[in-house]
Amino acid sequence: MGDYVVILITTIFVQNILLAQFLGNCPFLGTSKKMETAVGMAMAVVFVLVMAGVITWMVYYWILVPFELKYLKTIAFILVIASLVQFVEMFLKKSIPALYAGLGIFLPLITTNCAVFGACILNINKELNFQKALVTSFGYAVGFGLALILFAGVRERILLARVPKPLQDTSIALVTAGVLSLTFFAFKGIV
Amino acid sequence: MAKSLTQEFTKGLWDEVPPFRLVLGLCPVLGVTTTLENGWGMGLATMFVLVCSNFLVSLLRKVIPSKVRIACFIIIIATFVIVVELMMQAYAYELYISLGVFIPLIVVNCIVLGRAEAFASKNGIVPSLLDGLGIGIGFTLSLSALAAIREIIGNGTLTLHKKAEIMFELANYAPSFEPFAFMVQPPGAFICLGLMLCVMNLIGNK
Repeated sequence: MGDYVVILITTIFVQNILLAQFLGNCPFLGTSKKMETAVGMAMAVVFVLVMAGVITWMVYYWILVPFELKYLKTIAFILVIASLVQFVEMFLKKSIPALYAGLGIFLPLITTNCAVFGACILNINKELNFQKALVTSFGYAVGFGLALILFAGVRERILLARVPKPLQDTSIALVTAGVLSLTFFAFKGIV
Repeated sequence: MAKSLTQEFTKGLWDEVPPFRLVLGLCPVLGVTTTLENGWGMGLATMFVLVCSNFLVSLLRKVIPSKVRIACFIIIIATFVIVVELMMQAYAYELYISLGVFIPLIVVNCIVLGRAEAFASKNGIVPSLLDGLGIGIGFTLSLSALAAIREIIGNGTLTLHKKAEIMFELANYAPSFEPFAFMVQPPGAFICLGLMLCVMNLIGNK
């Protein structure tokens, strides 16, 4: 049990997927202008990343390894994620319309979210077993959501501040992300 | 309005230079730029994928049905990424290790898919090739610039090629220089890129 707690703390805080591993930065900057969109994106990522982590693990160890097709993992994973996203979208539309409406545009965007794909590849590279892969995926997803929502909160406040012209928009957003990353950096001593 | 071929090529170098103007594909930009060697290695790998996928996409643009085009583009891109991955394992193993997960991540690099969708699927082969080459060179140069700044301030060195020991050490010229390690750590990447963007805005504002 202790193992899993350590994994969770590591993946959420110390090795935060956005701020320490730099995966998924496009949606990080793109969807953090408003709190509402940030929450939507965070929910969609938690949902898809956990499922993608589990399914790519199964595809890798039950299909690619027995047939010695390991070198195809890049293409196999991206196809799995793309079809998974499509499937989840259709399923939600039919059976849980409220959640579907909440996630909205963010579901299809996740196909090209490097956080999802990167986390799956990292799980395989670290040769984790099934339970650990599941917990790691969940931790990465929660870390993504946490960082994104925190960042959106900060960015909403920046709108009220007077920023020098050349620094405006993306530039100040990146510097802010740097400061946020610095605070997460302080967790490094924990594990 | 068709632009001339030279324009297609040069727009990638300044007007639409990827990480700054388009703010796409930030993950490798921030993730690998701790040494100059990583910077240009990643840039060249991305450029190869970009040129090849642009070529193939523009070749097949009339064959691919528009409904499934994104899926087709992704498969084309993933194929070339695997080619790069295997090539680097064979000929540049150390670089492959230090770039790590960011090599397979070229698949989901928004620049590559973005160029396939926005340019190659609508234009002929020669303009697409030049577009890929221009954007690729622009991407490589910006990665190298960011990596060089981070490495020289954060580590006091400039590594062009580690194995062949082509590197520059600041300590030989300025013994009192203390490396500012913050720059090679994750927070430094964000702040350095943000400030570079600010400088670009200062210069480029017309």
